[in-house]
Amino acid sequence: MNPDWIMGLIGGGLIGLGGAVYLLGNGRIMGASGIIGGLVDGSGWSTAAERLAFLLGLVGVPTIMYFATGMAKETHLTTNMGVIIAAGLLVGVGTRIANGCTSGHGVCGISRFSLRGMVATVFYILAGGIMLTLMRHVLGVI
Amino acid sequence: MRLILSLIAGGLFGAGLFLSGMTDTTKVQGWLDVFGQWDPTLAFVMGGAIIPMMVAWQLTRGRRPLVGGEFPTPPKHEIGHRLIVGSVLFGMGWGLAGLCPGPSIASLSYGGIGGIVFVIAMGAGMLAAPAVGNRLDRIAAPA
Repeated sequence: MNPDWIMGLIGGGLIGLGGAVYLLGNGRIMGASGIIGGLVDGSGWSTAAERLAFLLGLVGVPTIMYFATGMAKETHLTTNMGVIIAAGLLVGVGTRIANGCTSGHGVCGISRFSLRGMVATVFYILAGGIMLTLMRHVLGVI
Repeated sequence: MRLILSLIAGGLFGAGLFLSGMTDTTKVQGWLDVFGQWDPTLAFVMGGAIIPMMVAWQLTRGRRPLVGGEFPTPPKHEIGHRLIVGSVLFGMGWGLAGLCPGPSIASLSYGGIGGIVFVIAMGAGMLAAPAVGNRLDRIAAPA
């Protein structure tokens, strides 16, 4: 099997384990957009400490791994600032309106056989695929 | 206790995103690029994450969270325009840059200036979401 797929499975397992700790420990759904969004718009300030602790782990552990292991994990993000800003705005608006992203709807939703999670996942993957195909293969922007 | 568990959960999430390559936008866009160099890694990550979560949901039955309180009940609002339109908008942004909220935060320290700009724009989008959502409600159900 392709080593990238094996690392994907292992990394995915750790992501699921994180979600399991957050659910069984704190009784919360590990959705990145919800945790961040509640801090950004103030709707989650009553649980701000918990959210910030989560984000500290989310930023901190990859930082340690990046600098300690020297593993080359470039993000290969486009340098086109217009694309970055448009993408960030779309991700921010969309995840809050849909009330979830890849972690909340995708990982936590599908695993509880939530119809909402499955429908959301189908739509964001389809929209992502169409957008990428259009911008890369038709318009040649990205 | 609650804070330590949050830190551990966030740390596991970050470690998983890092190891699986999901903070690399080429791998995410590769998953979406069915007409180019298609890369199925993301499906393995999703599958790997869903398995422990399925076990976790089973374990919630008849129990309470470790720190007390209740487990989240499934939301009542089912499939509506907010879920569909929101997911489409999110997907468009995700395809455009190859970043979603989790990996954008996980790669904050090594993602360069572009990664920081993305997170700021995402925050701005989140602030705009209530207004956009209300607008959407009016279009979906005219008064």
